Amino acid sequence: MKPAVFDYARPGTLVEAARLLADTGAGAKAMAGSQSLGPMMNLRLARPGRVVDLTAIPALRAVTRRADALVIGACVTHADIEDGRVEDVTAGLLPHVAGRIAYRAVRNRGTLGGSLAHADPAADWLTALSLVGAVAELRSPRGGREVAVSELMVASFTTVLEPDEIIAAIRVPVAGAGARWGWTKLSSKVGEFAHGLAGVFADPGRGTFRAAIGALDTAPIVIDDAAPLFGGPFGERLDQRLDEAALDRRLDERDVVDDYVRAMARVALARAAAQASARQASAGEGERA
Amino acid sequence: MGVGSEVSKVRDVPQGRGIGARLARKEDERFLHGRGRYIADLRFANLREVAFVRSPVAHARLTRVHVPEHLRASVFLASDLSDVSPIRAVSPLPGFFPTEQPPLVVDRIRQVGELVAMCVADTRAEAEDIAAQVRLDYEELPAVVDMLEAQQPGAAQVHDGMANNVYVRVAFEGDMADIAANAPVRVRRQVRTSRQVMSPIECRGFVAEWDTRTSQLVLHGATQFPHVVRNGLARVLGIPELQIRVISPDVGGGFGYKAILGAEEVCLSWLAMRCGHPVRWLEDRREQLVANANCREHAYDMTAYADAEGRLLGFEAECAVDTGAYSAYPFTSAIEASQVSAILPGPYHIPAYRCSTAAIATNKCPNLPYRGVARPGCCFAMEVMIDAVARTVGRTPEAVRYANLVRPEQMPYDNASDKHFDSGDYPALLRMALEAIDVEAVRARQAAGEPDGRRIGIGMAIFSEQTAHGMTADGTRRTLYEQAFARITPDGRLEVRVGIQTIGQGLETTLAQVACSYLGIDPDRVQVKLGDTELSPYSSGAWGSRGMVWVGGAVAAACDDLASRVMAIGAALLQTTPDQVTLAEGRVASAAGSVSLEDIARAYYLAPADLPPDIDHHGLEVTSGHAPACLTGIHTGSAHACVVAVDPQTGQVEILDYVVSEDAGVVVNPMVVDGQIIGGTAQGIGTALFEEMPFSPEGQPLATTLADYLLPGSAEVPNVRVLHMETPSPYTSFGQKGVGEGGAIGPGGAIANAVNDALAPLGVEMLKLPMTPRRIVEALAAARRGDAR
Ligand SMILES: Cc1cc2nc3c(=O)[nH]c(=O)nc-3n(C[C@H](O)[C@H](O)[C@H](O)COP(=O)(O)OP(=O)(O)OC[C@H]3O[C@@H](n4cnc5c(N)ncnc54)[C@H](O)[C@@H]3O)c2cc1C
Repeated sequence: MKPAVFDYARPGTLVEAARLLADTGAGAKAMAGSQSLGPMMNLRLARPGRVVDLTAIPALRAVTRRADALVIGACVTHADIEDGRVEDVTAGLLPHVAGRIAYRAVRNRGTLGGSLAHADPAADWLTALSLVGAVAELRSPRGGREVAVSELMVASFTTVLEPDEIIAAIRVPVAGAGARWGWTKLSSKVGEFAHGLAGVFADPGRGTFRAAIGALDTAPIVIDDAAPLFGGPFGERLDQRLDEAALDRRLDERDVVDDYVRAMARVALARAAAQASARQASAGEGERA
Repeated sequence: MGVGSEVSKVRDVPQGRGIGARLARKEDERFLHGRGRYIADLRFANLREVAFVRSPVAHARLTRVHVPEHLRASVFLASDLSDVSPIRAVSPLPGFFPTEQPPLVVDRIRQVGELVAMCVADTRAEAEDIAAQVRLDYEELPAVVDMLEAQQPGAAQVHDGMANNVYVRVAFEGDMADIAANAPVRVRRQVRTSRQVMSPIECRGFVAEWDTRTSQLVLHGATQFPHVVRNGLARVLGIPELQIRVISPDVGGGFGYKAILGAEEVCLSWLAMRCGHPVRWLEDRREQLVANANCREHAYDMTAYADAEGRLLGFEAECAVDTGAYSAYPFTSAIEASQVSAILPGPYHIPAYRCSTAAIATNKCPNLPYRGVARPGCCFAMEVMIDAVARTVGRTPEAVRYANLVRPEQMPYDNASDKHFDSGDYPALLRMALEAIDVEAVRARQAAGEPDGRRIGIGMAIFSEQTAHGMTADGTRRTLYEQAFARITPDGRLEVRVGIQTIGQGLETTLAQVACSYLGIDPDRVQVKLGDTELSPYSSGAWGSRGMVWVGGAVAAACDDLASRVMAIGAALLQTTPDQVTLAEGRVASAAGSVSLEDIARAYYLAPADLPPDIDHHGLEVTSGHAPACLTGIHTGSAHACVVAVDPQTGQVEILDYVVSEDAGVVVNPMVVDGQIIGGTAQGIGTALFEEMPFSPEGQPLATTLADYLLPGSAEVPNVRVLHMETPSPYTSFGQKGVGEGGAIGPGGAIANAVNDALAPLGVEMLKLPMTPRRIVEALAAARRGDAR
């Protein structure tokens, strides 16, 4: 379990990183926390000729607050978010999600950008960041573009990223006053990948009511308007209003055939809904410490 | 019985630091500070590393191995090792079909991960680079993957000439006809346990070097039994044992996985004898999971016959053990199956017993003996049956157990499979555990229901653990005596050398405590040395919960002998006769005065003029041996009881409470015993709820990393409460019984019964381990659909 030979570069700027990654003949691959790429290389399932370590690029570790969004550098770690070193604009959802990913040692190194780019269908960030309507800012030698996180993943371990394209940052909308959410991760044991994953996020300030379901062996199901799924707008006892037939149709569309996976999706969504209904509405923007 | 040394008197214990003391472990000083020295910590000049080319398929005829010309000198094949004999582990059981395992595949591949070529380079990564360039030509053969299908006519064959893929069948033939025809209650169940992978934190690993000074092959490696490795190596390499030294440094967990002679160390040793530099192989987690450490996997088809109260009238079973592709050295491919037949009756009085267990060859890794060997599977199977009987007759599981357990007044008791239970009170053990778990309160809570919709269940399992047995399955003696060497050093301290290896059981402390009790020396002044064939008497090693019974007994015997030498010299110094002195708290005393061990040692070694010239010529060092007076095993009793909450929507099981009561006879160090029980219980929780190595129909192992092979972590293991009962064994030096494996035996049965108790109202009975969330959800769905079980 040792990786095949590779070159290693640790550029200090995005431009340099883009140049190193663009040299396709070298078989270059970006590395962030290495918590997914490292094991794959050790198992020789990945054999990049060149590893471009992104973690020394200050821009990728920066966090910038704008009026309506927080822009989080792609190399910010799960632990940065869990511990509150990054401001929370999601009424507490993202720190909650972060603290339930893997084990602390993995969270210390694993990054948002790496998790999204890796596109493990059972991973937490794809579903959670899709749920809050986050947008990925991408960068390549040809320039930049933006892709909604919900559009990033196309299939298991497959994204719309070009080989030389990196995720530079993730832009998370600032939730309004009264935002409420529920998040359910079902796994066999603490720290493992999910086998049932769902979230519900209602933000009356921005007039949104969204739901997302992950851990489906394919891209998460992201529902921009969850009202039809729950037979009406966000409210109390949401779980009891879950329209199972509507959910089944969504799962059918994604070709989710495994009864167990379907059952876990249903349970996770219902529990997330119940949680969201029961949760105290968040304080408004100005009142947050 | 009549074998074994006399039970000797335990001397006064200084300040409560001998047998029975809750002494902090001496070895923890280095372990807890990260200063242990494991195989991968050892440094050697000119060391080169080995990586193996392993078979990618489960069953094939190997036709050619392509080694690029420029790498030829770094790659070794079976043809290079033609002077090495195959590993042969042959059981003396009648009808056993012996097989051979060549260290490198000659022409037939029988499991994924089997060794095909050995590659050597300066670093492991480079050795893996070389391995990646070796190409194999092979013709695939149909793989034998399921042990029940393997026995069917027309199944593919793992070993040519072996009928129905059966290594051996071990049977007890009770006459059941009458009982089967007349018993008022008949309960039949088919249960299965999954293939598991022993997962010590440290995988296996070895460094082999040729010592030109002593003309010895020196093999350093993590092993539970250095002397047995030497036996096996000498045989396959065809060299005298004098030319082999096996040294085991600290071992990062054994559990049985380091009680084998693996093909890797054979290859490494062969190479070291030729290449002029030390060579190292450190197993990585993938090799351990995919190619090596498999265990467990039983299938049981059982029928219990009982009266209307659930009292057992007879029990019959047809069992199978998926034994894998080869017979592992030294315990053979018979051990697991023979234990199933012998252990299944458990702690119960069973008037008629019939059981036949087949050891089945499959194209999977050899099934190795893991902590408890077959006992965890047997306990699960039997305990699930007892609960099924209880449900059938409408009584509580504890009532049916009390009705069937061997009672204390029946001790000693010879059970249905000829096991001799020496002592103990099984009903009291069960009562102890159930009182601690508070059955009434749990049943009340259960009746009230949970606000979160989960279902509460209570489960129990009780077993009689055969420990420290000295015989093989066919009744021949496996071990004559275990020996210990003890020497008073010139400065009056005690050096104890034993051939067993410590693998985390705390022997450096507990054997010192035994010495303390027999010689009156403080454990701090005792050093126990283990793990080196050159420095210790022969030992069959650490297995079968035998350390304290056999080796503890040997240390007691050696210290007892030494005590009389010490007293003779002390008496001489005190100018009296040995019968006029006593030995206590490290001093020899007469009416007139006393001398310390230091005084005695100084006189003997450094001031001989102080002693009469005719003092005993044996001096202050002895090697003495011991065997318990019963060789079929010293039976330790234990009951496990637990409370679980099962989420019927997600299949998730949470253990709310867990109690173990254990009668390990006289306990040398309760803290160490607690540690053994808690650690074993954690592993048993893995068996019950998490651990499973699935295989594809082609025989590919599917859990290839620890992301797929789930082990319980700290969040999944509850605070296990351990309760002790001490019934001294009449057959051991100071009443001790074995305890190392016990914790791992009970959880499968206890947790399965708790889950079944929780889910019975929903029509579900889980009969396969592990009870994963998916299995539970699917069983509930099937019950809702009304599927037949
Ligand atoms: C034991 C264990 C348990 C885990 N459990 C969970 C879990 O429960 N939930 C969960 O969500 N995850 C889990 N993970 C995965 C973990 O969250 C990883 O951190 C994450 O998947 C990858 O992040 P990384 O920064 O380590 O990326 P890396 O491993 O460095 O890279 C992963 C992939 O992303 C690419 N990449 C990295 N950064 C960028 C970028 N900025 N732009 C473009 N491409 C990029 C790399 O080229 C590579 O292909 C677990 C991991 C381990 C080891």
